[in-house]
Amino acid sequence: MALAKRIIPCLDVKNGQTVKGTNVVNRRQAGARVERGKAYSEQGADELVYLDITASHEGRKTFTDMVQRVAAEISIPFTVGGGINELADVERLLNAGADKVSVNSAALRNPQLINDITGHFGSQVCVVAIDAKETEEGWFCYLNGGRIRTERTLFDWAKEACDRGAGEILFTSMNHDGVKQGFANQALARLSEELSIPVIASGGAGCKEDFRDTFVVGKSDAALAASVFHFGEISIPELKAWLKAEGINVRL
Amino acid sequence: MNVAIVKYNAGNIYSVVHALKRLGVTPELTDDAEKLAKADRVLFPGQGEAGSTMAYLRQRGLDRLIRDLKQPVLGICIGQQLLCRHSEEGDTDCLGIFDTDVLKFRPDRHEDKVPHMGWNTLSAMQGPLFKGLEPGDFVYFVHSYYVPVNPCTAAVTEYITPFSAALHKDNFYATQFHPEKSGSVGERILKNFLDLAL
Repeated sequence: MALAKRIIPCLDVKNGQTVKGTNVVNRRQAGARVERGKAYSEQGADELVYLDITASHEGRKTFTDMVQRVAAEISIPFTVGGGINELADVERLLNAGADKVSVNSAALRNPQLINDITGHFGSQVCVVAIDAKETEEGWFCYLNGGRIRTERTLFDWAKEACDRGAGEILFTSMNHDGVKQGFANQALARLSEELSIPVIASGGAGCKEDFRDTFVVGKSDAALAASVFHFGEISIPELKAWLKAEGINVRL
Repeated sequence: MNVAIVKYNAGNIYSVVHALKRLGVTPELTDDAEKLAKADRVLFPGQGEAGSTMAYLRQRGLDRLIRDLKQPVLGICIGQQLLCRHSEEGDTDCLGIFDTDVLKFRPDRHEDKVPHMGWNTLSAMQGPLFKGLEPGDFVYFVHSYYVPVNPCTAAVTEYITPFSAALHKDNFYATQFHPEKSGSVGERILKNFLDLAL
C-alpha cells in the first residue's frame, strides 16, 4: 500500500462582526465550527483546514481560542490560515495546537517568511497557499484573497516556495473556484511533476468524479473543498467509498 | 493512573496531552527525575531534529534517566528514533534501547516525496499495543527518517521501503506514526498502552 490520497474539508471562520459591543454571536459561530470539524473528522475527513477570514484583533483572539478547542477535541491533523503575517502569528497558532499553518499573501510579499517558519518549526508545519488565475499570458498569483494581481507566475512562485522549505503547496485556481466543474488538473499535474513536495488541489469540486480526476489526471496528493461538504451535496463516507471502488487509495 | 510526558525541546507535545485527556487521563509534563521514575506510564513524544534533541537530553541527564525507566514507556515519532542506537540525522548517537540505526528515506521515484506525510497502513502488527486493530488500518505519519525492519519491529508500514511503524522490547514501546493524530485507531493504541499489564 502507498500513502493515501487525502480529502480535506475547509471551514471559513468569520469572527470580526461584533454585536452591541460583545462577540457572543461570534463565539457561538466558532463553537459551531468546532462541532462541524468534529463531525467531518468522524465521517472520515483526513485533515481539516480552518481559515480565519477576518482581520480584526478581536476576531483573531476568538479564532485562536477556537484553535485551542479544535486541538483539544479533534484527533486528526488540522491546518489554520488567514491573517498570518509574521512569525509571531505562526507561533501563536502552533502553541494553540494547530499542526500546520498556511501562509498566502504575506509569503508572496515577504518570501523570507517561509524560510523563517521552516527554520523555526520545520517544513512539515508550513503550507504555502497560492491563489492564481489563468490569463492569456499564463497563470498569475493574486494577493488578498484574489483582489490584487501580481506579476509572479504560479509555477515560478510554487518552485521558489518549495526551495525555501515549504512543506506543501495548496493551490486554488480562481478560474475554477466556485464553478463546481472540476479542479485545475492540467496546472496541478504540472505542479506535481515540477515540485518535490505534496500538492493540495483547491477550487472547483462539484461532484465525486472531480475528486477522482484531480487524483488521477491532476496527480494531486490531496483535495480540498468547502461548500460541497458544508451543504451536504457530497457526503465524505460516500465519496471515499466511491473513490476506493474507482481504484484510488483512500483511508476508509 | 499517574502518566508522565517527558518535557524536552521537541515540538508538538500538546497534542499528546489532549489525546490522553480525551481518554480521561491528565498527564503531567515534566523533566523531574523523581516524577518520571515514579509515574505508572511515561510517554516520550514529539517532533524535532535528532542531534539537538539528544544534546538537550544529555545536558539534563535525561538520557540515563529514560534508559533506566522500568514502567511502560511509549516513544512517538522522534521519540521512537531517539530510542534507537544511532540516527543518520546529524550523525547522532541515541539512547540505544533498540539495537538498530535510523536511516534517511532515499526515494528513487519522483512521486515518493519526503517527508512521508499522511495516512498509511499498518501490517504485521504484534503485541498488546495493537489489540483490537487489523492489518490495513490507517495511521498518520510525518517523518523523513525511518527505522528499518529488525528483530524489535512490532508493526510494518511500506513507503519507499518496508520500515518499522512500531517497535517493542521489554517495557519500551515506540511508534513512528502519531497515535494522537490518528483518529479512532490512534485512540485505541493509546488506550492499549494505558491498559498494559504492569
